[in-house]
Amino acid sequence: MITNKYFPRLFVIEMVVLVIALIYLSPFYFVVVNSLKPFGEIIENAASLPSTIRWDNFVKAWNTVSFPTVFLNSLLVTSFSIAGMVLLGAMAAWRMVRRPHKISGLIFVLFVSAMVIPFQSVMIPMVKVAKMFGLLNSIPGIVVIYFGFGMPLTVFLLHGFVKSIPKELEESAYIDGCSTFQSFFQIVFPLMRTMVVTVIILQTLWIWNDFLLPLLVLFDESIRTIPLGIFSFFGQYLNQWDSALATLIMGMVPIIIFFLILQNYIIKGITAGSIKS
Amino acid sequence: MNNRRLRDIREDIFFIGPGFIIFTLIVLFSFVLGIYYSFTEWNGVNKEALWVGIDNYLQVFKGDEQAGVSAVFTLKFTLASVILANLLAFFLALALTLPLKNAKLMRTIIFLPNVIGGIILGFVWRFIFTNSFVSIGELTGIGFFELPWLGTPITGFWGSVIVFVWQRTGYLMMIYVAAIVSIDDTLLEAAYIDGASQLHMLTKIIIPLTVQAITVCVFLALSWTTKMFDVIFALTKGGPFGSTETFAMNIYYEAFQYNNYGLGSAKAILFFIVVGFISTAQVLITKKWEVEA
Repeated sequence: MITNKYFPRLFVIEMVVLVIALIYLSPFYFVVVNSLKPFGEIIENAASLPSTIRWDNFVKAWNTVSFPTVFLNSLLVTSFSIAGMVLLGAMAAWRMVRRPHKISGLIFVLFVSAMVIPFQSVMIPMVKVAKMFGLLNSIPGIVVIYFGFGMPLTVFLLHGFVKSIPKELEESAYIDGCSTFQSFFQIVFPLMRTMVVTVIILQTLWIWNDFLLPLLVLFDESIRTIPLGIFSFFGQYLNQWDSALATLIMGMVPIIIFFLILQNYIIKGITAGSIKS
Repeated sequence: MNNRRLRDIREDIFFIGPGFIIFTLIVLFSFVLGIYYSFTEWNGVNKEALWVGIDNYLQVFKGDEQAGVSAVFTLKFTLASVILANLLAFFLALALTLPLKNAKLMRTIIFLPNVIGGIILGFVWRFIFTNSFVSIGELTGIGFFELPWLGTPITGFWGSVIVFVWQRTGYLMMIYVAAIVSIDDTLLEAAYIDGASQLHMLTKIIIPLTVQAITVCVFLALSWTTKMFDVIFALTKGGPFGSTETFAMNIYYEAFQYNNYGLGSAKAILFFIVVGFISTAQVLITKKWEVEA
């Protein structure tokens, strides 16, 4: 671009952005260095490097929040919720695009309008409804609740995408004697994968990190997700920063790894997803 | 003919039915039930909710000081955060679409906080404000770090804004980057040859051509800030003295801590109306702006 011709100026801009990037990284620095110190050393100086590296805090944090359990619970809740909402959402979106009629048009409008309802506006009765249907305090239960809340965005994004898939493929499949079910599962669904990836990414960032919904419907210690495990740790050991910081790091690591591996997809997914909505 | 229609209906039910039924029961049914609860007094335990008409709504406006404090905090927080996060994101996007050496790495770093849960980020920053800042202040003597962070209503407010901006700038920046990259380079080159100043190119070419991204980003930032819950719940717990309690937190406390489900529901419905009004107004205003630009 044009600014190429102003090399010194470009250098100044690079330095400014670099400083901002370092400021953005600094919270991670503080958390990591202090998680390796004993409590007394944190209180003395919460900015310095540790005098000796000690992993005790991590051992204590791992056991206190029972990390393997909360990690597995988060994994189960996130993956089953997303698998279900993608399948149900794709089926509904495809059918509404290909066989439009008044009722399915109305259903689509309902899905889209529900996107403006803030979660906090329905959470009080939602707990009551969940209780009515036996969905409280269980992992399958919260998965079904996520199906409900995830449906609008999923249907909306896939609905837009199905319109761009040429009809001819399905039509020739019908001529070859395919049933509706076969043509959806064998032909259309695989073609939807670009948008399915976007949906999976957006919903993973939401469900993996979600706090309020699990707080309202999961009670037993054995079914806590990572955010709930961390929250209850802080409830018990307020300001015990040595092991608390180790807990926070363990909570962050899985999703950071997920991000770094799938970085390019995530950023494409986010820009595609938000421009559509 | 009849057979075919029957088959069509069966297939409609098979494909659309499951998703729509779950959605209806969990979201729509809850929403309607919430409207009903908002006209009742109910503690969550009793079998029957007692019909009280519009008393709960009157109560929110007249007898509930904390609800007012939360509403004002949420509005101020929204205003400051939406503006600051978007300005910073836009200028970072401008800089990071220049041919800088480490542009990709810096984008990744600035985006990173977005993938981490709000509860975790809130606790991280509680530690930084109350411990690391103190140590930095002692070492450097810079007044900014020696403020009583999170200890007063003002530092609580700006602390919340700082965390929000830090958390979300990267997301908005990515959307702005995509919009700026898609601007036709020949336009900028032509303007440059014609002797346009950098400021001119920004205000006459870049901003008008990224108006759509601005609409999207303001919309997103509004929906995050008006509904803010987890980050501040972990950061300040609404303190000191309820001064940093968001309206979403106020609804939560009303229902699940004080067990006033009716009053909580009335607040939830008002919340829906106000948030809906703000986002509709924003979309309409920026759409008009898009046409003019």
